Amino acid sequence: MGRTLAEKVWDDHVVRRADGEPDLLFIDLHLLHEVTSPQAFDGLRLGDRKVRRLDLTIATEDHNTPTLDIDKPIADPVSRAQLETLRKNCAEFGVRLHPLGDVEQGVVHVVGPQLGLTQPGTTVVCGDSHTSTHGAFGALAFGIGTSQVEHVLATQTLPMARPRTMAVTVEGELPDDVTAKDLILAVIAKIGTGGGQGYIIEYRGSAVEKLSMEARMTICNMSIEAGARAGMIAPDETTFAYLKGRAHAPEGEEWDRAVEYWRTLRTDGDAVFDAEVFIDAADLAPFVTWGTNPGQGAPLSERVPDPASYDDASKRHAAEKALEYMGLTAGQALRDIRVDTVFVGSCTNGRIEDLRSAAAVLEGRKVADGVRMLVVPGSVRVALQAVEEGLDKVFTGSGAEWRHAGCSMCLGMNPDQLAPGERSASTSNRNFEGRQGKGGRTHLVSPQVAAATAVLGHLASPADLSDADRTPAGAR
Amino acid sequence: MEAFTVHTGRAVPLRRSNVDTDQIIPAHWLKKVTRDGYEDGLFEAWRKDPSFVLNQEEYRGATVLVAGPDFGTGSSREHAAWALQNYGFKAVISSRFADIFRGNSLKNGLLTVVLDQDVVERLQALAEADPAAEVTVDLERRQVRAAVAGAEQLTADFDLDENARWRLLNGLDDISLTLQNESDIAAYEAARPSFKPRTIAA
Ligand code: SF4
Repeated sequence: MGRTLAEKVWDDHVVRRADGEPDLLFIDLHLLHEVTSPQAFDGLRLGDRKVRRLDLTIATEDHNTPTLDIDKPIADPVSRAQLETLRKNCAEFGVRLHPLGDVEQGVVHVVGPQLGLTQPGTTVVCGDSHTSTHGAFGALAFGIGTSQVEHVLATQTLPMARPRTMAVTVEGELPDDVTAKDLILAVIAKIGTGGGQGYIIEYRGSAVEKLSMEARMTICNMSIEAGARAGMIAPDETTFAYLKGRAHAPEGEEWDRAVEYWRTLRTDGDAVFDAEVFIDAADLAPFVTWGTNPGQGAPLSERVPDPASYDDASKRHAAEKALEYMGLTAGQALRDIRVDTVFVGSCTNGRIEDLRSAAAVLEGRKVADGVRMLVVPGSVRVALQAVEEGLDKVFTGSGAEWRHAGCSMCLGMNPDQLAPGERSASTSNRNFEGRQGKGGRTHLVSPQVAAATAVLGHLASPADLSDADRTPAGAR
Repeated sequence: MEAFTVHTGRAVPLRRSNVDTDQIIPAHWLKKVTRDGYEDGLFEAWRKDPSFVLNQEEYRGATVLVAGPDFGTGSSREHAAWALQNYGFKAVISSRFADIFRGNSLKNGLLTVVLDQDVVERLQALAEADPAAEVTVDLERRQVRAAVAGAEQLTADFDLDENARWRLLNGLDDISLTLQNESDIAAYEAARPSFKPRTIAA
């Protein structure tokens, strides 16, 4: 019988298989950052072990780093200590590190792909759940805990039980104003935050094949929000074109051999998935969340749902709690929700195409009075590219703040946070209670919706803007 | 890792679904570089509310958390498992756990037990009706038992794969186990294609 993409990559990494044991998988790439590694390095020291494969390991700093005044010492002593611990550990064990201030620094899941380290048919792990991002290349990529980080550092392998496979097939043309973010939010709303549990999801179908690498990363990134172990997309010409010429992509004959292998990484015609979900691309629309988990979302044109409309008691209860926390009323139009802050950034939507699409909406327009907008590139390279294209000027010209690369307001670990009760439209991936700061209220949106929301001050899509909002280029 | 065989303790009913890792331990606690000292961060936001279940006098010292479905969704932070353990929990019962959280817990000897939702609700009801009810999580027999004043009220069997159970029962360290297969790892490494990426020259 044929095999799925996930099964092929899995099989190619089995170091040892024995009855009654999880498979022992070889790990091709291990990404580290400051938050989930300190206790792992401590463990290595305690066990008198070293890093087995320094040539398959790389570290950067992202979660704690400030996005302003990066040349000054970090104000928060606890954040500073964690970054210093990473620097000390990397120096002691010999791990390649891109610290704050380095040109290759950035959110770990933006850095791996842009260096060309994330490649089809590899296994990629990181002590971070959004490692699923790398699956966009046809890599088997999953987030791990700190004990597993230590395990990979020491052995370059992981014992893993083989997950089941799920296909999410999206056929047809995405409507004009619909992005990868809307697509994945709709998938999560459909299958639920636990729907992908125990599965590796493969996204396929004509709508997925047409997406750029960056859009594919947005989709795979949020697989974890559906509870999935990983998300994957089969590599194709788009993938190869993205990789060609990158710093760590193979060259010459090696490139040809690699591509030959990569072309085999497609689900066989007679392979069987353990579960299948079908979506018609034409049915999709700009999508936003109204609740406190990423499955609590709806098309922007709809209303905040009535908890009483749920048959399932635990869903009803969760919706009640969510509305209370979010300060929303059942039946309220989603478009009427006013926001205080707009955040464009994160490993979901902090790449150059995301910034371009937000800038295209903002060009010649102003951020509404009383709204603050933060634009945070996912990496220093993304920032440099944006500056070269003049996007930073578009952002600052419309009243948004242009910041330094990092995780920023995606999570409340660095100075960029929501105040209690403050409401945001955010291109990040989690709307959990307090995720963006204690008491903060988050609506997950695409970069386009974020930009339109910033202009109008309430949840909106670019279609809600009229050209009258725009100052013609000549008049600026 | 501490071995887990049989544990008996009082239970805390947490009637919430989708308890994500940001609720279990908020991000600002993740700046610490140790594996301990997270007990005060556990459910930090909810504990500000005096009516939150962990703030109830009668649940003080309880060691088994009985939670709603999809417990531990969200991030990979192992701090979530550490926080529950630092606070004193030995086992968490739910009808569904997020995969990464479950893996992290089992690696630390915090037993996550999957039971049917109706059994979970019966356990929650028992613990609400009588906070002194005792819940036994028996990994040897793969069974959860609940008793009120010594009289057994409920028995439910649970599944856990044999390998994970064996490691927990014996408190075995994964890294040492893996390193017993050194020759397999070396053989795999020797056969890897040369086009695979490297972060630095080897
Ligand atoms: S941007 Fe957000 S989701 Fe991505 S790694 Fe940073 S904190 Fe995690």
